[in-house]
Amino acid sequence: MRDTVMDMTTAEVATRIPLLEARGLSFDAGGKRLIHDLSLSIPEGRRILIMGANGAGKSLLLRLLHGLLTPSAGQVLWQGQAPDEKARRAQAMVFQRPVMLRRSVLANLIFALSVHGVRGAERAAEAAHALELAGLSELARHPARVLSGGEQQRLALARALICKPRLLFLDEPTSSLDPASTQRIEDLINAAHARGVTIVMVTHDLGQAGRLGDEVIFMHAGRVAETGPTEQVLGRPRSEAARAWTQGRLYTGTTF
Amino acid sequence: MLRRHLFSLAAGAALALGLSGAVQAQDQFIVVQSTTSTQNSGLFDHILPIFQEKTGIEVRVVAVGTGQAIKNAENGDGDVLFVHAKAAEEKFVAEGHGLQRSDVMYNDFILVGPPNDPAGIAGTTDIVAALTKIAEAGATFASRGDDSGTHKAELKLWKEAGIDAAAASGDWYRETGSGMGATLNTGTAMGAYVLTDRATWISFGNKGEYQIAVEGDTRLFNQYGIILVNPAKHENVKAEAGQAFIDWVLSAEGQQAIADYKIDGQQLFFPNANG
Amino acid sequence: MFSFGDIMSEALVLILNWDRNLSEIVGLSLHVTLSAVLLSCLIGLPLGAMVGAFRFPGRGVMTVILNALMGLPPVVVGLFVYLMLSASGPFGPLQLLYTPAAMIIAQTILVTPIVAALTKQVVEDLHGEYAEQFASMGLRAHERVAALLWDARYSLMTVALAGFGRAVAEVGAVLIVGGNINHVTRVMTTTIALETSKGNLELALALGVVLLVLAVLVNAVVMALRASAVRAAYA
Repeated sequence: MRDTVMDMTTAEVATRIPLLEARGLSFDAGGKRLIHDLSLSIPEGRRILIMGANGAGKSLLLRLLHGLLTPSAGQVLWQGQAPDEKARRAQAMVFQRPVMLRRSVLANLIFALSVHGVRGAERAAEAAHALELAGLSELARHPARVLSGGEQQRLALARALICKPRLLFLDEPTSSLDPASTQRIEDLINAAHARGVTIVMVTHDLGQAGRLGDEVIFMHAGRVAETGPTEQVLGRPRSEAARAWTQGRLYTGTTF
Repeated sequence: MLRRHLFSLAAGAALALGLSGAVQAQDQFIVVQSTTSTQNSGLFDHILPIFQEKTGIEVRVVAVGTGQAIKNAENGDGDVLFVHAKAAEEKFVAEGHGLQRSDVMYNDFILVGPPNDPAGIAGTTDIVAALTKIAEAGATFASRGDDSGTHKAELKLWKEAGIDAAAASGDWYRETGSGMGATLNTGTAMGAYVLTDRATWISFGNKGEYQIAVEGDTRLFNQYGIILVNPAKHENVKAEAGQAFIDWVLSAEGQQAIADYKIDGQQLFFPNANG
Repeated sequence: MFSFGDIMSEALVLILNWDRNLSEIVGLSLHVTLSAVLLSCLIGLPLGAMVGAFRFPGRGVMTVILNALMGLPPVVVGLFVYLMLSASGPFGPLQLLYTPAAMIIAQTILVTPIVAALTKQVVEDLHGEYAEQFASMGLRAHERVAALLWDARYSLMTVALAGFGRAVAEVGAVLIVGGNINHVTRVMTTTIALETSKGNLELALALGVVLLVLAVLVNAVVMALRASAVRAAYA
């Protein structure tokens, strides 16, 4: 398989610069090192899952990659460069618990468009289209905060996608949703991916990993334990940490 | 959306301030720094409309204690000073803050007291003797204590009686540090003797059981004076309009208007511009 | 000596016989107070939102100062504004002393810290919820402030009402800079002070009742607006 995180040769890295790259990332908080000297590449157009036990540092890593947190050491590169304003606007993120502005469903979308400098005349059309894709057209005038959990997450996803990001981060977006709502979210994510959006998502759901993931980055105790194609990492894990996790065992070791 | 909202707020505020300015610029007016006694007695409400009718000049009265009125006028915050503390007024003119000082009218001070008359002075006419008795009896006395004309007059009387009332401050001598009306409210509530101008007393609405204890002493004479604030010192002073008001107050017509002001048939102020 | 029945009936008579004089005084009170609250909101809302939403050196000091300024004595503010606007003061040439504009300025100084300090609290809480989302969207500083203020708008109505309450009840500052000039700068509170000094205590209290009714009406209108708007857009 080509273009997986692990399998790229030096020559390929040179000819094809990854969309996002982490080099020697570390993150400390409260005197503890939570992320250890972590390096990885995210090639454009992939669906990459970050998995691992609670406390492995998945959400932290996501925030470091997205630039919400500043690393204690190391750096994140966007197409080989330090991320600038343009890079930040080419990324979007959906959180575990959707953050709904105290406005209508439509106004939540319009807000994202206006922040991205989309002109007034175009906003309405773009927002209407996004509502349609998310299946929220009928709720356009409702206050966003009265929507159900599934509807709110769909709106959050629509709001993240409306400005056409190249890279979408998702932090357990379906962890509190029922199967039907989860299905709709996954459909939206796959539709975005089909339009060329690179996906980086944290999930605990093995089934979802199988449905959505091209590759898995498996984390343990702030380090990458194993990376590779989804079916390989989850089906034939090489690291003790991933094996324990797929079998539902608690693994507390420090080696992989 | 928010920007539009803020913009309309800003426009509203600008309009609000602008309107205030417009009202100010519309008519010709002067500011008179005066005392609470003239204001509270209702004298200004009686004479000012007559003057405005005649000249079109609106008179805006700031009624504070004489001390504060003089201070405000020294700062140039007023065109005319109309107070009752002759020595302070002459000092004001001598220091160049004002032009000529003219007598306008007088009324008199009276000493009011509670019906039980603890100092035994009711009905007497010698104010100095009465104050001496108050001090001897340790009867409560409420003083303005605010450097006003009335306060200055009161201090002069204590001095004549040879009593250091300030030494008893907080004991039987109570300094309210407020205007005439407020001091009367406080004094009547605590059963104290109070020195007040007659005009304020006649129009005061909260007399309760209080009566006049001492009146008629020539030393209780209360002279009012009027002075134009020196336009050479403060260029904002409206000398012409201010002088017009002074001239009118001192004229036969103005003096008659003052004499005509009565409450319950009692004349409150006695014009003596030419006397 | 006094009965509350007498005072209430006097207040009722005042309201029933509503005359031009009373209209003028009530109108000026509202004009001065609402203008001051408006200006205070223009300054205090963005200021409070910035202190609430951003971390910067001196933020703690600024919070302490804002909170302390909420307790500014009106008389001190009155004196300060008097000295500024006096013909002998730096802004004397503007000739604002003894005008409603001077009263608006004094009350704005009194109310702005209240609006800013309360806004800071409201915005800080909201920002805790929005911070990551805004960072992810790459909001610029002014967009962040604007969005937080807009989303906190209903809580901020209560903030403005707190400022209104302080301003409308205030007498010390407006008395000094306004001069309580009849038909020019006489408002509800200075009229109450004047009638008290004239010994007309019932009338003064009755005017106080009118002022209270006014404050209740303003609060009721704002809260009604808030309630209907909240139902439509919030949750």
